[in-house]
Amino acid sequence: MNAPVLTREQREAKLEGMGCKRKRVEDIRFTQGKGNYVDDLKLPGMLFGDFVRSPYAHARVKKIDGSKAEKVPGVLAVITAETLKTVNLAWMPTLAGDVQMVLADGKVLFQNQEVAFVVAVDRYAAADGVEAVEVEYEDLPALIDPFKALAPDAPLLREDLKDKMTGAHGPRKHHNHIFEWSMGDKDLTDAAFAKAEVTTKDIISYHRTHPTPLETCQCVASFDKIKGELTVWGTFQAPHVIRTVASLLSKIPEHKIHVIAPDIGGGFGNKVGAYPGYICAIVASIVTGKPVKWVEDRIENLTATSFARDYHMTTEIAATRDGKVTGLRVHVLADHGGFDACADPSKWPAGFFNIVTGSYDFPVAHLVVDGIYTNKAPGGVAYRCSFRVTEAAYCIERAMDIMAQKLGMDPAEFRLKNFIKREQFPYHSALGWEYDSGDYHTAMNKAMEAINYKGLRAEQAAKREAFKRGETREIMGIGVTFFTEIVGAGPSRNCDILGVAMFDSCEIRVHPTGAAIARMGTKSQGQGHETTYAQIIATEIGIAADNIMVEEGNTDTAPYGLGTYGSRSTPVAGAAIAMAARKIKAKAQMIAAYMLEVHEDDLEWDIDGFRVKGLPEKSKSMTEIAWAAYNKPPPGLEPGLEAVSYYDPPNMTYPFGAYFCAMDIDVDTGVYKVRRFYALDDCGTRINPMIIEGQVHGGLTEAFAIAMGQEIRYDEMGNVLTGSFMDFFVPTAVETPNWETDFTVTPSPHHPIGAKGVGESPNVGGVPCFSNAVNDAFSFLGTKHIQMPHDYWRNWVVAEGLGLHK
Amino acid sequence: MAKAHVKMTVNGKEVESLVEPRTLLIHYLREHLNLTGPHIGCDTTHCGACTIDMDGKSVKSCTVFTVQAEGASITTIEGMANPDGSLHALQEGFRIMHGLQCGFCTPGMIMRAHRLLQEIPNPSEDQIRFGIAGNLCRCTGYQNIVKAIQYAAAKLRGETFAEAAE
Ligand code: FES
Ligand code: FES
Repeated sequence: MNAPVLTREQREAKLEGMGCKRKRVEDIRFTQGKGNYVDDLKLPGMLFGDFVRSPYAHARVKKIDGSKAEKVPGVLAVITAETLKTVNLAWMPTLAGDVQMVLADGKVLFQNQEVAFVVAVDRYAAADGVEAVEVEYEDLPALIDPFKALAPDAPLLREDLKDKMTGAHGPRKHHNHIFEWSMGDKDLTDAAFAKAEVTTKDIISYHRTHPTPLETCQCVASFDKIKGELTVWGTFQAPHVIRTVASLLSKIPEHKIHVIAPDIGGGFGNKVGAYPGYICAIVASIVTGKPVKWVEDRIENLTATSFARDYHMTTEIAATRDGKVTGLRVHVLADHGGFDACADPSKWPAGFFNIVTGSYDFPVAHLVVDGIYTNKAPGGVAYRCSFRVTEAAYCIERAMDIMAQKLGMDPAEFRLKNFIKREQFPYHSALGWEYDSGDYHTAMNKAMEAINYKGLRAEQAAKREAFKRGETREIMGIGVTFFTEIVGAGPSRNCDILGVAMFDSCEIRVHPTGAAIARMGTKSQGQGHETTYAQIIATEIGIAADNIMVEEGNTDTAPYGLGTYGSRSTPVAGAAIAMAARKIKAKAQMIAAYMLEVHEDDLEWDIDGFRVKGLPEKSKSMTEIAWAAYNKPPPGLEPGLEAVSYYDPPNMTYPFGAYFCAMDIDVDTGVYKVRRFYALDDCGTRINPMIIEGQVHGGLTEAFAIAMGQEIRYDEMGNVLTGSFMDFFVPTAVETPNWETDFTVTPSPHHPIGAKGVGESPNVGGVPCFSNAVNDAFSFLGTKHIQMPHDYWRNWVVAEGLGLHK
Repeated sequence: MAKAHVKMTVNGKEVESLVEPRTLLIHYLREHLNLTGPHIGCDTTHCGACTIDMDGKSVKSCTVFTVQAEGASITTIEGMANPDGSLHALQEGFRIMHGLQCGFCTPGMIMRAHRLLQEIPNPSEDQIRFGIAGNLCRCTGYQNIVKAIQYAAAKLRGETFAEAAE
């Protein structure tokens, strides 16, 4: 019996390629509780490690006595900095070119810093051991306020750097100074400000927060003494980098280190860096000869492994009276905590913050960033954003609103007037970027229409009048944001991590029966790579996505890659996939030509195989070609059908979007209600609309959390006030607004499939949109800039300050 | 530490063990019974990643001692699939409506939704949102989780969920 002849549409649908809402393959295991996360791992004889942590933000460590702890049943060892010194690991290098204590060496620099590591037979015994370790501290004055860090009499935090007045990024001008980074033309910018008709100047702060994936950071280290091999399973967004760093630190040859990232329960930047827990588990395994598991709890996660933001941005805009921007000047005080452990490409101490000119045609701009030490946790990770891009977007989007208010212009109109125009792309920004493509006016106009912007403004005007007449106690705010992201690090000429160039990779192997496996240098933490990557391959080489397995996270089998963060998977690895697939397709064409006895040039691609031009019935499907590739290759051609591609992008990609929010705030309680939130994203070519939408929902929810209350707050002694889910705001389904999503498509001209990446846009655009809505709500009462986060209490305080409660 | 004897029914099977009295139920399930579907996401009973069904109630198993589950009947995510091995309507709904991303919250979410649908077979969106407020998700923004539960509710009532067409 002949197989039924499928129409072209049916053949195409069968592939489930790019553009379709393919259901996720990952979900089969996740919905049945069969995911394989690090803490699920159980090895024979496995031990458990747990930290003794500092109650002080700044103190000298006089003595650590583990003798009582070692007598606790089940406890095997107490590891301190002294133990680590024997293997030269008391300190570790950070991604930012600084060094960080693995365990307290002489002093502690932030509350909950790792002081000793207790190794025991299970997690309960380890906790008992932690209780029994006795540490003697001498309290030192804590430096918490970043604006006091560079005062002449500020306490000296980093004694190890006392005499080193040059850091990884140049000269240091104070003992608590890390670097100064500047971009743009100072003289031209100063000149623009000198002759400006209107200027604004405000300190716009982006508070400290935390990425908080639902699964905390964890690992299992297992050292095999006989073979001299180390295996580490861990929550690693960048497993290959971990392997290279582990080899350089431990001196174990890289081929004898097996780093495996199994399923990861969310990352959002939290799982890029290397943490003391990983080093201690590895050392403990080497010392005991047993596998050692380390799993941080939520409090440890929030207080010790990485924070995000903490940027204090003095922002000035110069403009003409009729609303044309003429200059931008920004100075950032960047609070990095006790060690500089920012996860930025090494040459970029403030990440890509120089995207701060945003979507606007600033003729000149100047930027200076000063990084400083304080007695807070180290980190500075890209929490669901490309490196420091969300800080930049917040800075410019708030500042544009402030300027619009000063000019008496509508914020949307002010933006439309200053957008980079479609014909200006590729666009060279005043701070050094080359924007690849964009059509901002189209996106903005579409968004304004969809949300009925005019109608909302009319409603707001009426409501304000009613408020003034005392008929309502509610005020209405409309948030307007237009952001430009910069993702896909990155061209290796200027992006590396500790010297490891930031390319990415894909290896595709087509099996004789026409099924395939693709192995990647990236690592999904929920983005659904197993589903979407297969869709790209399906479209490129005509193998049904269901017949393609995508594998990530095992450094023994995966080609070397830099991992997943900064929305780089689609721009970089997505391109590597297309390039590897195209190599396969080229070979397949040679084989098909031989099979059909025609010249290669006489063939054309047709959905799932090659056919002879003008003779569509003469064709070979990819399945037939795959079989022939192994079993009947053309004479002189190597058998097999596989390819690997290492893709070094020529440029970053620049996704953008227009977001609008309508919100009501009760001035007597500070309670806000998000009435509508509309997000239009342009991420270039769309691979799986269902997954894009899911990413946007998730990113907006995180943005909502950050803008409306999620904060890592310290008191003046350096105690963390928001160190658990009790106080650290993570919205539930009840608070979370409903999201309306939309899109335009402006493909990236330099990306093989035109895709730009989307995972982080909603966080980048969402935070300023919420904050602008709150600011907009209060602005008619005379406020200029209200700092985030805007929780109920702070809204109430603003209203109180305005005398609204009299 | 002297061990305590416990006996309970988990996913329809009788189990019996000796445990330290302080052993939390979540650790007993995950480490003694190798049921690693329920997860741990916090230390303060806020996240719900550890949610299981115990004697007809949603329970955060990180806040229950194993000895308190003596004699109880427990269902975890591993016990949710239909007897023929096909996915339960909720498991299917989460997949069809894209109600999960990293999957870490999913077992707890599904177990909570399972009990919610016993309590309210045809819940409104607000009832669903309120009903799962003890379970945090960091990835999805909840919108599709709500739809996943609506999908399952419809299916369990023998109806089809309108938005699931595509
Ligand atoms: S682990 Fe968070 S509520 Fe149980
Ligand atoms: S899917 Fe990741 S926490 Fe819910």
